[in-house]
Amino acid sequence: MSETTTTPDTVRVPAPAAIEAPADRTRRLRVGSLMLVFALIGLLLAIFTNGGKATFQLVSGDLQNNLFGVPAQATALILGILGVIAAGAYVLRRVPQSYSGYLATLLGICFIGSFLCWAAAGKTFPLANQFQGTLNFATPLILGALAGVLCERAGVINIAIEGQFLVGAFTAAVVSSTTGSSAAALIAAALTGVLMAALLAVFSIKYLVNQVVLGVVLVVFASGITGYLFDQFLQEDAANMNTPDVLSAVKIPLLGDIPFFGPILFNQTILVYLTYIAVAVVTFVLFETRWGLRVRSVGEHPKAADTVGIRVKRVRYSAVLWAGVLAGLGGAFFTVGYAGSFSKDMTAGNGFIALAALIMGRWNPIGAMVAALFFGFATQLQSQLQIIQTPIPGELLLMAPYLATIIAVAGLVGRVRAPKADGEPYVTE
Amino acid sequence: MSNDTATEPEQTPVPAGPAKESGSGLPNWAVQGLVSLSAIVLALVVGAILIIIGDDDVTAAAGYFGAAPMDTISAALTAVGEAYKALFLGAVGGVDQIAESLTQATPLICGGLAVSLAFRAGLFNIGAQGQLIIGAIFASYVGFTWDLPPGLHLLVAVIAGLIGGALWGGVVGVLKARTGAHEVIVTIMLNYVAIYLLVWLLTTTTFKRPGRDDPISPIVKPNAQFPQFGDTRLHAGFLLALLAAVFVWWLLNRSTVGFELRAVGANADASRTAGMSVGRAYVIAMVIAGALAGLAGSQQVLGTDLPLTDGVAATIGFDAITVALLGRGTPLGTVLAGLLFGALNAGGLQMQLQTQTPLTLTTVLQAVIVLFVAAPALVRSIFPFLPKERGAGAVLAKGWNG
Repeated sequence: MSETTTTPDTVRVPAPAAIEAPADRTRRLRVGSLMLVFALIGLLLAIFTNGGKATFQLVSGDLQNNLFGVPAQATALILGILGVIAAGAYVLRRVPQSYSGYLATLLGICFIGSFLCWAAAGKTFPLANQFQGTLNFATPLILGALAGVLCERAGVINIAIEGQFLVGAFTAAVVSSTTGSSAAALIAAALTGVLMAALLAVFSIKYLVNQVVLGVVLVVFASGITGYLFDQFLQEDAANMNTPDVLSAVKIPLLGDIPFFGPILFNQTILVYLTYIAVAVVTFVLFETRWGLRVRSVGEHPKAADTVGIRVKRVRYSAVLWAGVLAGLGGAFFTVGYAGSFSKDMTAGNGFIALAALIMGRWNPIGAMVAALFFGFATQLQSQLQIIQTPIPGELLLMAPYLATIIAVAGLVGRVRAPKADGEPYVTE
Repeated sequence: MSNDTATEPEQTPVPAGPAKESGSGLPNWAVQGLVSLSAIVLALVVGAILIIIGDDDVTAAAGYFGAAPMDTISAALTAVGEAYKALFLGAVGGVDQIAESLTQATPLICGGLAVSLAFRAGLFNIGAQGQLIIGAIFASYVGFTWDLPPGLHLLVAVIAGLIGGALWGGVVGVLKARTGAHEVIVTIMLNYVAIYLLVWLLTTTTFKRPGRDDPISPIVKPNAQFPQFGDTRLHAGFLLALLAAVFVWWLLNRSTVGFELRAVGANADASRTAGMSVGRAYVIAMVIAGALAGLAGSQQVLGTDLPLTDGVAATIGFDAITVALLGRGTPLGTVLAGLLFGALNAGGLQMQLQTQTPLTLTTVLQAVIVLFVAAPALVRSIFPFLPKERGAGAVLAKGWNG
């Protein structure tokens, strides 16, 4: 077997420190300069940080107690210098190649830390809200990205996540409003997600329609049909049709009592817990089960899979349809999980961010989750910074996830490689 | 590329040239036309079902369906008939309506050309939206801040729009050529970057209209506005859109550059072997495509809207994709598809006013039309009498790695 069947994300061969291929060297210098740029920006921010204390609020809504104050400039400087050291260590190859991921993470944390100190100097930054909001924004993104992982690992490009979100959000709102049952709402959302997935599957697998084209058209279709039904029914009778119950938070005993992270992670709605489970299940199924191996094989080399007796189309259908469940649930989050009532095009491009998260996460469930959390963090930070009024325009911060994705696919940060047969319909001669 | 499955290369659209005879004896363009027409009919059927579901009279009559089934059927027919009549008359029912349809079609044609041209070079340009926005920003900036004599001002503003779009598109081409970054992903991301850039610019003193708090710029100066036709909203930008279509036709079918673009689109490996620079072709295609989308943005801001708002692009950039798909990547097809979608948009507004059938119905119609056009096998299984065409199917079938 050539390297095409191994997953790029699980293999990390520690290269001998002395020998470095020219390509690796180029990459190291490229990534290194990018890291240095970030480290220096962090340092610069630290230099321009006002004196005084940066206060972080550790419990949401509590402005008196549980505050955590640090001297802003000193902390920012320490973090900034640490970031420069991390970037420098990477560029100068002071640590083994296999630790470079940790260096990048360290730099990221330092950068965000000095950024926060800079932004919060002399003010109070609601840190608990920041993490809470990150999770809120990230939950649908994670579910959507997981749906994308399943589809694309099986070789079907799914650009229609946005469309699946929309129909899921719509159905959840309507079913919750009419039946009053949150369980029914979630099931219905999952089912309509599957319905959209079925359209994607039939048109791409049976009718061999270009999957990028198809995804774009399905998003337009979902936007049109939910918009039409919204105009015709939900607006006329909003009281009965569009007043869903928002899921209430369920506290998990013990885990929910952990200080700081407990209330954020384990005092959540059922949909958030489902998301945690989904990440674990998709990872396990994809990499540890027979079905998962089949899914990956039809996504990498369908002909070979066919030769050994795997029914390529059937596996693809099942992967795409299961993905529909996840995407539908992700859509439900927008209404019953968060905002309540449905409004037109309310998913506002989140499906495309989920697609970006999936690519940033290199078609890996865990990676996709991390990317989704990062995107959620940036989005939430933007609204927080508007509240505490920093000179950075929120719109520029909102661009961050998109720019980060472009940087990722342009190969500046490691190579991003799609499943080999992703997007190619399988035709037997 | 040796182990690619069989679907990749031959799907590029047949160049508009001498019509090739297909198995049925009909030329290919006629078969394609028939498939497109069938797709429109099927979409109207889907739309009719939606109208019937949403109509109050039908719902009321269905309540006593057992007693008088004909009531339900006649109510349904009335509802569908009235909605589609309003749609049709709203699109082409008079001079004003036609002018409105053409106004709506103008940016769709240019945006559609931006997507079509990139298609032909083997690139999927989802970024018309972003390119259009940047074009509109550039054009409007020149339009409301500079002072130039009549004619020249408009010219400079339009060129600024072209440059803006070309830059935004060019980035995609360069990234694709240099790093292999997939254009679909980059264009989607750049769309969002563009819209946030626009929203942010509209909060700055340079772009914000004095005395207003909402995101709106000053009105473009009269010298930089496209001349209107009579007292309709139709402006000379429409003629520019047609000229752009002629230009794209000339470029693709009569120029060396266009030949290279098509060659790269049909088979990048063979083109590389033949000594063409694939990367250069990608950059050229995206620069020109971006400029075309930028032109659409100029038309919106210098002809239709006049001030720059955060809604300048509406959904034009995305509709442009469906227009290009319906037009099958040819300039003439794109113009026709743009006219059809423009008419649907204009007629849809009238339909909404007169029969309370929401405008969103036209969005569904447009999506379903393209869905069927993209799956000719499905259309043929519904209408078995349709003749076969050669090279039928998707415009391109490539994955992320393609």
